[in-house]
Amino acid sequence: MREALAATAHFRGMARVGRWEAAFWLALVLAYFVPATNHALLGQILIWGLFALSLDLLLGYRGIASLGHAAFYGIGAYGAGWLGKYGWTEPISALLLSGLLAGLVGLATGHLVRRLQGVALLMVTLGLNLLLFDLAQRSSEITGGDDGLQGIEVAPVLGLFRFDMAGHTAYLYVLAVALLVTLLVRGLVQSPWGLALRGARDNARRMAMLGAPVDRDLTLSFGLSAAIAGLAGALMTQTSSFVSPEVLSFQRSADVLVMLVIGGTGLLYGGFMGALVYLVLRDQFAAANPIHWYFWIGLLLVLVVTFFRAGILPALADRLRRHKPGGLS
Amino acid sequence: MSDNPVVLSAQGLSIAFGGLKVFSGLNLDLVRGERHAVIGPNGAGKSTFIGLVTGFLRPTAGRIQLNGQDITQFDPAQRVRAGLGRTFQINTLFPSLRTLEAVVLALCERDGLARPSLRPVAAHTAQQQEAVDILARFGLGEQALTVTRELAYGQQRLLEVVLAFAMRPRVLLLDEPAAGLSTQQGRQLFEQLASLAKGTTLLFVEHDMNLVFTFADRVSVLAGGALIAQGTPDEIRQDLQVRAAYLGH
Repeated sequence: MREALAATAHFRGMARVGRWEAAFWLALVLAYFVPATNHALLGQILIWGLFALSLDLLLGYRGIASLGHAAFYGIGAYGAGWLGKYGWTEPISALLLSGLLAGLVGLATGHLVRRLQGVALLMVTLGLNLLLFDLAQRSSEITGGDDGLQGIEVAPVLGLFRFDMAGHTAYLYVLAVALLVTLLVRGLVQSPWGLALRGARDNARRMAMLGAPVDRDLTLSFGLSAAIAGLAGALMTQTSSFVSPEVLSFQRSADVLVMLVIGGTGLLYGGFMGALVYLVLRDQFAAANPIHWYFWIGLLLVLVVTFFRAGILPALADRLRRHKPGGLS
Repeated sequence: MSDNPVVLSAQGLSIAFGGLKVFSGLNLDLVRGERHAVIGPNGAGKSTFIGLVTGFLRPTAGRIQLNGQDITQFDPAQRVRAGLGRTFQINTLFPSLRTLEAVVLALCERDGLARPSLRPVAAHTAQQQEAVDILARFGLGEQALTVTRELAYGQQRLLEVVLAFAMRPRVLLLDEPAAGLSTQQGRQLFEQLASLAKGTTLLFVEHDMNLVFTFADRVSVLAGGALIAQGTPDEIRQDLQVRAAYLGH
């Protein structure tokens, strides 16, 4: 009886929205009303956080490393760009279509790499990313080349809220999408399917002996992760009305991995934490030294991995738990 | 349920690794509800046999039937869904999951609930209750919320069995379940299996002859990739070929 109650409490505790989680979203909503807030930067953090969340689903929950995640981000970004350029200006349906496109490419990629592991997997994902990047650069009549895609139109959200120069509408739009997608991923990772992903991350062989369709689940998680990356890319295009082949660069794949590692993997919010730290510091470092700011980012990564092996968020959670029982839930 | 007393049948199984033939036309049947031990010296092909039956290895010839269904072309997960369970010689667990989570996961997979959905594990109370019951029956109730990698070795061996048992297999294959356990712990494990898995057909590979002769209804002896003897523990004890090839006297 006691064990049954503890079991129920354990799973309920996992599903409950924690105080810190609620505070995180509330603070982002309140930030909209604070006049001095840099909404453009906050919007960027949310988009990158969403992108990192997509990678977290794959790396943190399923244990699949990808060095080419910008491929899906870029597909979503260009999907939204082309739709906006050629007359499909309604932003929400364009966003969903762009995510769907990236998701379909992700499903195909997942099917391709489902039997690969370790370095082979890294090389294939990196290779696909580089192929797509090179293709985008060569096809300048379609992608706009280095000048980017021109003439992207985005209609007001819900026909009411026009994207303004100050970025207020863009911020609320990004915030709403980030919240909804995070809730969706939260629901998925806390379902038995989420438990199955964690199980396959730990031991795919044992999962097979539980009768689990390991390959199918991997393909699905790849598709889902790619769709979310695509949504992040589409958000970037819609809020900036600009997209260039740079969205497909390896640099972007590396940056999102660094953000996730800094924040912490397999935690849902590690990507947002990593994006916050990375982008705020990049902003500061770049302002102080526009040429050598990457040096400081490199140093930050070394320090975080050395002193907070699992990332900043797990270290913070651990510290809070020690000070207060049930601190970070 | 079929009237056929044979629940698992391996017919003419052959496999070779490179030029090395491990089996060539091996036949072995399991009778419903029996506890069947497979013994043999190292390299006899015991674990290979389990690998073939569970689909981790593919035979070059022969076929395997489970409850009359040909499962030779099935992958391991399909064989599990057809009613086969196994434990591994080396602990093959989920190190970062809590014991309870691992068992709930097994039950959700068994019940077809581990598909993409937004319904949290917390809502699946029947599986939680069953997991708690199974853990209590195997003496792991106190460790329900312990992370698997922090369990003692013996508890991990037990969890191996629990995960396979939770799937309610018709045939459970145990690859040296007592490996690494003390004699006392090994005996306890087999006693638990004998009482809890009543009705389940068990096939186990084991080196401890005391455990084999105490718990097996029937014993098959493999040597050099061939089945050299099969019978009750008493028959095997007295078989001269077995004594020469395996028991050494």
